[in-house]
Amino acid sequence: MKLNLTHFEVSILFALVSSVILGVVTKKTDRERVRYGIQCFVYFLVALFGIGWAMHFLHG
Amino acid sequence: MASAPTQEASASAPNRSPIVITLVAWLIPGGGHFLLSRRGRAAVIFACVLLTFFVGVLMRGPMFQPHGGDLLTTLIQWGGFLGDLASGLAYLLTVWLGYAQPDAAGHVHDYGSKLIVAAGLLNILAMVDAWEIAKGEKD
Repeated sequence: MKLNLTHFEVSILFALVSSVILGVVTKKTDRERVRYGIQCFVYFLVALFGIGWAMHFLHG
Repeated sequence: MASAPTQEASASAPNRSPIVITLVAWLIPGGGHFLLSRRGRAAVIFACVLLTFFVGVLMRGPMFQPHGGDLLTTLIQWGGFLGDLASGLAYLLTVWLGYAQPDAAGHVHDYGSKLIVAAGLLNILAMVDAWEIAKGEKD
């Protein structure tokens, strides 16, 4: 069995697990952890799409 | 109000050496939190680290080897090797069971290799958290 994930799928997976771990290890209450995890995930997505579109326009 | 469960968790956590906690946290992702009676967080860390690691393995990502060369090669190889090693037993078992993917060309292998390193780096975050909890510096 071999997985052939695309760059986008790998980026989403990395963003998801990193956000969850960052939420778990940095905040004190479950509510704060969930909120911070979602916040990190949104930041990852913004960076992902932002850099993607920036490269699209820069490369023409 | 928010500090009540904190005190309860601290009181119910067995008193173990931070070094032992961190060692267990390295070998089994989330193991340190489990020993510190943070079962929910332990399960989340375990799932996230192993998911990342095994997706990387299923993408046939090659492991980094600790060998030298020029400065940049040495940094990349040793840094990657330490990142791989930080996944603990998952890395050790995978290597002992014969996983030896050659460093082939192709983006899928490259993503897999980076995911395996990322799993180890996420586990380092969890190890530091377990160390601080065991030292009583945070909940």
